[in-house]
Amino acid sequence: MASAPEHQSLRGFYTLFHKEWLRFWKVSVQTILAPVLTALLFLVVFAYSLRGRVEIFPGVDYASFLVPGLAMMSVLQNAFANSSSSLMQSKMTGNIVFVLLPPLSYQEFFSAYLLAAVARGLVVGAGVFVFTIGFVDLRFEHPLWALAFAVASSGGLGVLGIIAGIYSDKVDELAAFQNFIILPLTFLSGVFYSIYSLPPLWQWLSHLNPIFYMVDGFRYGFFGVSDVSPWVSLAIVGTSFLALSFFTLWLLRTGYKLRR
Amino acid sequence: MTPAIHVEQVSKHYGALRALDGVSLTIERGEFFGLLGPNGAGKTTLIHILAGLTRASGGSARVMGHDVVADYRDARRALGVVPQELVFDPFFTVREALTFQSGYFGLRDNDEWIEEVMRHLDLTGKAGTNMRALSGGMKRRVMVAQALVHKPPVIVLDEPTAGVDVELRQALWKFIRQLNEDGHTIVLTTHYLEEAEALCGRIAMLKQGRVVALDTTHNLLRRHSGCYVELRLTPNRLPESLASLVAQRREGSYRLALRDYSEVERVIAELRANTIEIRELEVMHLDLEEVFVQIMHDEDRRETIDERRRPAA
Repeated sequence: MASAPEHQSLRGFYTLFHKEWLRFWKVSVQTILAPVLTALLFLVVFAYSLRGRVEIFPGVDYASFLVPGLAMMSVLQNAFANSSSSLMQSKMTGNIVFVLLPPLSYQEFFSAYLLAAVARGLVVGAGVFVFTIGFVDLRFEHPLWALAFAVASSGGLGVLGIIAGIYSDKVDELAAFQNFIILPLTFLSGVFYSIYSLPPLWQWLSHLNPIFYMVDGFRYGFFGVSDVSPWVSLAIVGTSFLALSFFTLWLLRTGYKLRR
Repeated sequence: MTPAIHVEQVSKHYGALRALDGVSLTIERGEFFGLLGPNGAGKTTLIHILAGLTRASGGSARVMGHDVVADYRDARRALGVVPQELVFDPFFTVREALTFQSGYFGLRDNDEWIEEVMRHLDLTGKAGTNMRALSGGMKRRVMVAQALVHKPPVIVLDEPTAGVDVELRQALWKFIRQLNEDGHTIVLTTHYLEEAEALCGRIAMLKQGRVVALDTTHNLLRRHSGCYVELRLTPNRLPESLASLVAQRREGSYRLALRDYSEVERVIAELRANTIEIRELEVMHLDLEEVFVQIMHDEDRRETIDERRRPAA
């Protein structure tokens, strides 16, 4: 047998990212097309039933207001779904062992799953725009703000997905995470409305929800109007992302549920 | 030369359960080493500690001189593990699975070697097939291939032939033997003791997390130097003086367990003295399975004695 082969430092990380990318890309009907379709159904139903009745931002019709919210919701849910379901499935089937045996550091492991989650979130988000851009009047006041919020927010939910995937040993545990945490937080984040149309208590509660700042900041990128200053939102979203990341890196370093 | 594997006082506790209780082992380069023991003895736990899948509660483990925790990158590069459970990633084909595995180890342009491994394991024809569509035996071969993509000097196989048909088992052993001849250190756990006897130069027996025997296969067989004689007699009866030796009595034949070959003479003399004619006599030496049972049995007895010696609380 030949001598020990040369190895490259970033190759392992890149390969794991590539594998995670292909994992959702190969089944894109289910992982991309289906969530885009869901967002479009929301748009059709809400925009039609509320047309002419609500005007949240002056001069912005409801359908236009709704599209960035729906896009962001899709970004968040799919970023979360990607890392959480990939990890949980690998743990359940046992093939996670193929990722744990190689000399990948926990930072490489973290970055690869995170990046794949961000990628899926952004692809689905872009899909929502592709299918709606012809039907609504969208402005792009501050595209860089929109991009910054899309990336940081999908990162945050991608990290949450890693935590949920590491934690869950069964499908129903992951489903509970999704149904009792992610879904309520997204629905109560102002995707479908401005929080100023809510009673004061709910307004106050909304300010505790990090996803509210993700949606609000993202919308600012389109209309140049928001409930909260985009700087404040970005600081909150960024801090949440960093805090979750440090926590997850710590979990991975201890080997929690992965290397017992 | 640094040994292939060096394990010192490794222990692993899960709450009150001691999966490993101070195991020390050194496996030299180029060895074909067997790790035997009943279920729950700690074989897989030990392998998992070497591979970094489990963290030891105490002690240290090295692969090719690299500590499996402090120097995990080099330790894992030196180690190829075929896990016990049949696992696979249903999203990918055989070639994809192997290319990814090679990439995780930081390798690129490794296609030539991947093709060679596939050829050796008769996987070339299935290279483009999705893992889901493979039979159990084929999936097992892919797992072996995945453990070899990075050309590890040390290869650990955790019960690789459990539930595998005879043909594949033969092919697999031929290939593993070839790897051993090419200089790879092989560590094997198996439930098929005849397999260990045929392949392994040295054997460690584990029981309840401790090494209860560690020697060359040859010495283990010699040290437990008993043998069996199978007798058919006319008339079909055994003198009282030999009754204590009976290991098994079958229709028309007796199997006697002897401490060593010299006892055969005494048996014949006793029979002659009782004018019993020997119609058939077969002497059989102990195989690894019996040595194994003996060691495990001795160990049980020792434990009972220890238990009794312990002062009452």
